[in-house]
Amino acid sequence: MESILSWIADNQQMIYIVILMIFVGIEVIGHVPSVLHTPLMSGANAIHGVVIIGAIIVMGKAEAHNYVALILGFLAVVLGTLNVVGGFVVTDRMLEMFKGKGKKNVKSQDPGTK
Amino acid sequence: MELSILTLCYLVGSVTFIIGLKMLSNPSTARNGNLLAAAGMTIAIIGTIFLYEEDGKRLGNYPWIFGGILIGGVIGTLAAKKVKMTAMPEMVSMFNGMGGACAALISAVEFDHIYQTYKAVDTAWLADFVAAGHYLTIIAGAIIGSVSFAGSMIAWGKLSGKIKDMSFRGQHIVNMIMLLLVLAAAVFTYQYNVGFSHILFYATVALSLVYGVLFVMPIGGADMPVVISLLNSFTGVAAACGGFLYNNKVMLTGGILVGAAGTLLTILMCKAMNRSLKNVLIGSFGGGGAAAGAKKDQGAYKEITLSDTAVVMSYANKVMIVPGYGLAVAQAQHACHELEKLLESKGVTVKYAIHPVAGRMPGHMNVLLAEADVSYDKLQEMEQANDEFSTTDVVLVLGANDVVNPAAKTDPSSPIYGMPILDVELAKNVIVNKRSMKPGYAGIENDLFFQPKTSMLFGDAKKVLQDLIGEIKNL
Repeated sequence: MESILSWIADNQQMIYIVILMIFVGIEVIGHVPSVLHTPLMSGANAIHGVVIIGAIIVMGKAEAHNYVALILGFLAVVLGTLNVVGGFVVTDRMLEMFKGKGKKNVKSQDPGTK
Repeated sequence: MELSILTLCYLVGSVTFIIGLKMLSNPSTARNGNLLAAAGMTIAIIGTIFLYEEDGKRLGNYPWIFGGILIGGVIGTLAAKKVKMTAMPEMVSMFNGMGGACAALISAVEFDHIYQTYKAVDTAWLADFVAAGHYLTIIAGAIIGSVSFAGSMIAWGKLSGKIKDMSFRGQHIVNMIMLLLVLAAAVFTYQYNVGFSHILFYATVALSLVYGVLFVMPIGGADMPVVISLLNSFTGVAAACGGFLYNNKVMLTGGILVGAAGTLLTILMCKAMNRSLKNVLIGSFGGGGAAAGAKKDQGAYKEITLSDTAVVMSYANKVMIVPGYGLAVAQAQHACHELEKLLESKGVTVKYAIHPVAGRMPGHMNVLLAEADVSYDKLQEMEQANDEFSTTDVVLVLGANDVVNPAAKTDPSSPIYGMPILDVELAKNVIVNKRSMKPGYAGIENDLFFQPKTSMLFGDAKKVLQDLIGEIKNL
């Protein structure tokens, strides 16, 4: 119990970030039109690819004879890059199709006939 | 100095993630938002590689790092470029799984590091050396990452048709027990002899993988988008665990941001189907085998020929097209747009009725039709469309099934009961294009096909549309 409390005290900055980010995350996408659900999901998918930074740190710290760390770290870098690069490219491809039509506001389509 | 620059890189990264996500939720800025986030990510990654220091030591193993990035980058780009529009949902799921696996691997390496340091003291507990908070972030990253990885792979398999829905009686109880086992293993890893801790750790990971499979397995294929979105936010949280581990703010912001936004997005998607998240996850899909078996005989359906369809459509005042997954599979969006233009030139009003979850993902149809240059003004969302069906002469259903199934309104025992649908039966005529009489993704029969107003037009959507265009031109 005590160790948990001291851990919270040690990491209070981080914990503040967590709480604030939860609200930012909810606020930021609160008004997304349903057309954009898929690209948004894909974009968010690419953003959580930041986990690659952890993989790079693990890989970079691994000692030359520690094969477990080297191999697992290398795999982590490959998979993390896949997530980042693939995620952003797929999102871009999806959004490419909205190109040139961006001026129109999707949310307020006029249901009137021609 | 260099560390301050790295801090700045991370700051830039975090801010671009927030702004990028904000821009992604508006159609006019979405593409730039994605590029902005990608740029921020690149800055953060390059900063980490060259500027990161721990205890005054720089990172090493550059060949491994660059090799890994190169391999991942090339495969990722190729996969993302090559994938067909129809297969994008499963691609997202696949990439999400990779991220989850990455988080789990990081935890595994960190745990191995701890184990190697303390394994000599055989009889002591891990808890004697490692702070609970530190252990918690490692094990949470491992569990959440593994669940996300296994779940995403199953979701990928289901969407690409490689894995069928599977559930058995009492699966929820089994799932609960699995979850408890995972947690128990996690506790024992910490509070047991260090000498056994690595075995227990890998057991935790293995159990988490099994749990991930069992978690997604019983959920109906039609609900996969919701599940992917949920697993997406799981991976976000797993990435944030890494942020705690390395006291790394950009990982933390990115991870939690996605965790929160992904959770909200999941709820929004459920709302679009008028169902609760609980209903999707525990779902009425499980154990539905008996009900489906006792299905009544539904009588006969009638077929319509291409030339009759051509006549009916070109002499109509208003035609509504209801696209579904069949359109996506057949890549018929261009043919569909052509038909629309042709009919408009004959003075027919043509509109599209878009169900929020038509296709395999919310917004799937909008993306496809946008690709074929269909004007946004023609796309009617469900509420608008339902107001217009009563004044519509012909509804052409192109490979949609569950989203027009009246059972969602009339049959409380139906797995899709409660989902809002497009009320196509209000129109004067309904023409349904399908490849066969096979039931849709939810695996249930559709009474609509047997109604007197409905005529069936079998065949591949693209071919049928092209032939139809030819027929109309010849009239």
